[in-house]
Amino acid sequence: MLEVRGLRAGYGQIEILRGIDMQVGAGEIVALLGSNGVGKSTLNNNICGLYRPFAGRILFEGEELTGARPEAIVARGLIQVPEGRRVFPNLSVRENLELGSYCRGKPHRAANLERVVTTFPRLRERLVQKAGTLSGGEQQMLAIGRGLMAEPKLLILDEPSLGLSPLLVEEMFALIQRLNAEGLAILLVEQNVVQSLAIAHRACVLEAGVLAMSGTAAGLAANTDLRRAYLGM
Amino acid sequence: MSPDIIFAGVVNGLMAGGIYVLVATGLTLIYGVLHIINFAHGSLLMLAMYAVFFLFRPPLGLDPYLALPLVTAGAFLMGYVLYRGVIGRLSHGRDENILLITLGLSIVADNVALFLFTGDTQTIGVAYAGNYISLGPALVPLPKLISFGASMLICALLGLFMSQTDMGKAIRAVAKERQGARLVGIDVENIFAVSYGIGIACLGAAACLLMPFFYVSPSSGHVFVLIAFTTVVLGGMGSFGGALAGGLIIGVVESLAGLQFGEQLGQLGIPLVFILILLLRPTGLFGRQ
Ligand SMILES: Nc1ncnc2c1ncn2[C@@H]1O[C@H](COP(=O)(O)OP(=O)(O)OP(=O)(O)O)[C@@H](O)[C@H]1O
Ligand SMILES: [Mg+2]
Repeated sequence: MLEVRGLRAGYGQIEILRGIDMQVGAGEIVALLGSNGVGKSTLNNNICGLYRPFAGRILFEGEELTGARPEAIVARGLIQVPEGRRVFPNLSVRENLELGSYCRGKPHRAANLERVVTTFPRLRERLVQKAGTLSGGEQQMLAIGRGLMAEPKLLILDEPSLGLSPLLVEEMFALIQRLNAEGLAILLVEQNVVQSLAIAHRACVLEAGVLAMSGTAAGLAANTDLRRAYLGM
Repeated sequence: MSPDIIFAGVVNGLMAGGIYVLVATGLTLIYGVLHIINFAHGSLLMLAMYAVFFLFRPPLGLDPYLALPLVTAGAFLMGYVLYRGVIGRLSHGRDENILLITLGLSIVADNVALFLFTGDTQTIGVAYAGNYISLGPALVPLPKLISFGASMLICALLGLFMSQTDMGKAIRAVAKERQGARLVGIDVENIFAVSYGIGIACLGAAACLLMPFFYVSPSSGHVFVLIAFTTVVLGGMGSFGGALAGGLIIGVVESLAGLQFGEQLGQLGIPLVFILILLLRPTGLFGRQ
């Protein structure tokens, strides 16, 4: 579904990603792991067209996305829920959700909004509240809800459990599994290595600008190098 | 002063304030979305006023009120193209560049106007300019009453647009969270151009409402822009409600100070109130702390 080939990217003169080859298949959850500052978000943002890659190709459902504008990428159904939520603080919860379907999924806006607030009952209670005044966890739900409003085919989740209480983290992973069970392909960037590997089909580890390891999630979970590097075991 | 005179002063101040609100709304919208002060605001208002002036003259003889939809749409287009063709292109995404470009545009526009139209002041003589309407003890020139009513209506329509349409919501979203906006598929550059266009469209409308009772010369935009800058700072940068309250307050202060101290000295009233309010509320009336 999503295919990244030989991707090189970075900021200005600095190259962060030095040749990434990666795939996400239909219906898959792929976990992208790696330590802080290694370039996971950089990869996401290049896939989503926020930055222009230095080299390499990005294909989505066989179509070339390399260098495409973000709105064209969203229109295809490749949606990112970014790190740090990036909800619209001055807009109400309802307006945030409505804008989720600004360029895709507009015909089903009302029905999708109903689905989202059924998934996140806390958002239903706060539809008229300004997003900037939501708690961190509520903002994370809103960011995911906003992403779902665009009827994604592939959802990129960048650290969705960041700042959530342990209970909410559990709920978040359950939700990701549920969305995936409904057929949604997911690229999951996470710090919670154990839980991510538990729900992912495949996983890859970004290290020093390249994918140092990749394989089935179960295989990586058993890998002693990985356990030592990321779990201290 | 007798209560009747004060009442008349307040009413006339409110009438004058309508235009200030409109000009300031354009300025505050551009500030809120693009995070820049549009230094070209006064010059573009002046150009729009010349457009109204020439539309009124033979051979067209178009009444300024009838010209309003045309001039407003033209001003929007002009702002949109100006952003797309010049401001956005030359800014390379840096706010301080945009600032300098709008300043440059303003200098160019002023001098082109001086060259083409000379420095003479021009007025249009509409038949209804001398009509007065009495509102209680206050006697208000008809064109001023119309300018007030139309300004308020336009601001209300703009408010509806911003709160009810997807485009309006996208503009507000881009104002605070550009990256998030890109990720829901909003074309941010397009929103910048549209916002700049709407800001300039406000000037087009203001020009049509002004010309029946005001003059135009290459420097006449500056009169309003100084007031609009004051309004925007007074009301809180980027705030619509602030532009509304600020514009009306300034109109009233100007009018009452003029009554009390005479036209010349009365001009001091605006900066005085300005300083006073900013001392009490440094972020402006409606600004966030
Ligand atoms: N806009 C930017 N301009 C310049 N450098 C940047 C920019 N964004 C990120 N970087 C740098 O690129 C590197 C990779 O950052 P990135 O955000 O992709 O890391 P990450 O893997 O997502 O980390 P984390 O797990 O902390 O979110 C970092 O060294 C960061 O400082
Ligand atoms: Mg990151």
